[in-house]
Amino acid sequence: MHQKSVVKRIAGAAVLVTAALSWPAHAGKTLDTIKQRGQVVCGVNTGLAGFSAADSQGNWTGLDVDVCKAIAAAVLGDANKVKWVPLTAQARFTALQSGEVDILSRNTTWTLTRDASLGLDFVGVTYYDGQGFMVATKTKVTSAKNLKGADVCVQSGTTTEKNLNDYNKSNNLNMKPVVFESLEASVKAFFSGRCQAYTTDASGMASIRNKEASNPNDYVILPELISKEPLGPAVRRGDAEWFAISKWVIFALIEAEEYGITQANVDQMKASTDPAVQRILGSGEDMGKLLGLDKEWAYRAIKAVGNYGEVFERNVGPKSPLKLPRGLNNLWNKGGIMYAPPIR
Amino acid sequence: MADNNALGPSVRRRSWSWRSKAFRGVIYQVLAVSVIALAVWFLTSNTLTNLRIRGIQSGFDFLSQPAGFGIGESVIAFDSSNPYWKAFLVGLTNTIRVAIIGVLIATVLGTAIGIGRLARNFLVRAVCTAYVELFRNIPVLLQLLMWYLLLNELLPPVSEALNPAPGMYLSKGGFAFPVPVWVPGYALMLAGAIAGVTAAWLYRRRAAAQFAATGHVRAVFWPSLAIIVVGIAAGWFAGGAPTALDLPERTPFNVRGGGSVTPEFLALTLGLAIYTAAFIAEIVRSGIQAVPWGQIEAASSLGLTRNRQLQLVLLPQALRVIIPPLTNQYLNLTKNSSLAVAIGYPDLVSISNTTLNQTGRAVECITIIMAVYLTLSLSTAALMNWYNARAAIKER
Repeated sequence: MHQKSVVKRIAGAAVLVTAALSWPAHAGKTLDTIKQRGQVVCGVNTGLAGFSAADSQGNWTGLDVDVCKAIAAAVLGDANKVKWVPLTAQARFTALQSGEVDILSRNTTWTLTRDASLGLDFVGVTYYDGQGFMVATKTKVTSAKNLKGADVCVQSGTTTEKNLNDYNKSNNLNMKPVVFESLEASVKAFFSGRCQAYTTDASGMASIRNKEASNPNDYVILPELISKEPLGPAVRRGDAEWFAISKWVIFALIEAEEYGITQANVDQMKASTDPAVQRILGSGEDMGKLLGLDKEWAYRAIKAVGNYGEVFERNVGPKSPLKLPRGLNNLWNKGGIMYAPPIR
Repeated sequence: MADNNALGPSVRRRSWSWRSKAFRGVIYQVLAVSVIALAVWFLTSNTLTNLRIRGIQSGFDFLSQPAGFGIGESVIAFDSSNPYWKAFLVGLTNTIRVAIIGVLIATVLGTAIGIGRLARNFLVRAVCTAYVELFRNIPVLLQLLMWYLLLNELLPPVSEALNPAPGMYLSKGGFAFPVPVWVPGYALMLAGAIAGVTAAWLYRRRAAAQFAATGHVRAVFWPSLAIIVVGIAAGWFAGGAPTALDLPERTPFNVRGGGSVTPEFLALTLGLAIYTAAFIAEIVRSGIQAVPWGQIEAASSLGLTRNRQLQLVLLPQALRVIIPPLTNQYLNLTKNSSLAVAIGYPDLVSISNTTLNQTGRAVECITIIMAVYLTLSLSTAALMNWYNARAAIKER
């Protein structure tokens, strides 16, 4: 009896070890996996109005969300075939590295450290941002330079802490960071008056001011932007095909705006005689084949979410609750720096 | 052992055999150790290989790079140009600060409430029972969030800081209080304190020796206290009686200077202490109840006063029951301090989260946290085991 149970236990352990050893080292190509699964798995913010937020029915909306929808439309033909994985700032890179998500579209700043050492590749910039400060209107502070000695609420796991420190040092401001793990906690602490200032990317701050403050007019966003924050999606390194697809879907949305293709007129534009438009919409040369997709990949993406300008206006633009100016995010020929390489 | 005796001496004398129990035991142990070693090796090499394949850099070399981020509160001086290892050290000292102060408060509070649970007065008993049942049955994270929210909602903003006493400010920015300005005179004061403690210890020893020799009981507590106080005062005067204080001052946004604790630290330390005190109270109560009533009766019949009964009969026996589970609670409090991240206190985990995010070295940072908590817990346990051995029954 006794002997038998020990033998059984050892056999059990051996099975476990064999199982561990035979784990597949890596899944196959991302595109094949997605087609087989019938879903793009997209890592998004847990809740940042205008970028990615779920409503009471569980429908996700936002600029980052639309990027994933466009990719799903291009790859699978249906913008709704996306599985949303809300990720905290700390969990996001691990989720992408470990293959839990196919693409990380979560207002993530493109930096050298992240690009070079985390095993991921940034596919482009979907929003040019900068870090700013928000203070209560009644403090009558009008410049970040007046924040000497202030306590500043920050969310951890972002590039924000480092920027705050750099600004602190170069302006000798002696501000003290109060660091919270979750966005909600940091925001709540700021609005309860724990800190005199809140800092994060200016776009995110507009969203917070608009959604979380009991009266948005009680808070003001200071004019200084203390850093460059190019936000964009990232994919796992090592799959050039998927990298190219993600990259070119975003370029297609920007190109569409440049050539005046919108969600509403995309069907009429198919009949356009402009070869550039024909190439984008697949009515002429087949560009999709080179990406491993079909002819109408970009047509479907534009049909699903509209061109980049429409995505911007709908989610964060002057007519949205966030009321962010187009600024740097305008097209290169309209005073901004949004520029896509040509689809040809 | 028992088996060997039952089988008798003939078995023990038989020469070594493949089928012997001892041999099987060795085999099992060798197998078990190799399985564990194999698993560790597999996990390590698999992780390293996968990190390399996916182009994720690894290694502990980042520790010597400049951290580049500021830390809100710190026991040791820290500047953002200091290396990451120093940031970790700041996190560690912040964790230890919460652990030590939390353990002290929890022990005092828990002991008081544990004794209160046994009080003859109904009201005291009811309040203590309610305390225990309330605080040990609500998850500690919720309690921390509640304390933090309460502090932040109830306290006035910094611009309208409460000024309960001259030089003290209480607000959402924390509690600021005056601290003495360091002058060399305090070194003499410290020397005086050490001399006082030594003298008190010698006095105690003499009192104990006198008691053993003659049976004459000499007061110990108050005289010892007096000796220590006199020592400190003598040192202070010898050092030139320094009185300069570093007073906190209002700046446009804040109160700076003096000593200060943040609301995060207050909420975390008090929250953990109040939560842990509920468990300690139960441990103390059960420890006291574990001493048979007959012991007290016997002590009374010997003519010992109530205090002497407690001191000589009840406590020494109760402590033997109390110390081992108390150690667990101390360890729990230390480990629970990692919940600091939820309320913005820069403890070890919080610092390591920031580091992890800036360097992307997830495996390394998690390994450091685990190693540090393991070390902290093992040292606490070692200290408590030593104390337990001292309190244990000495078989003579």
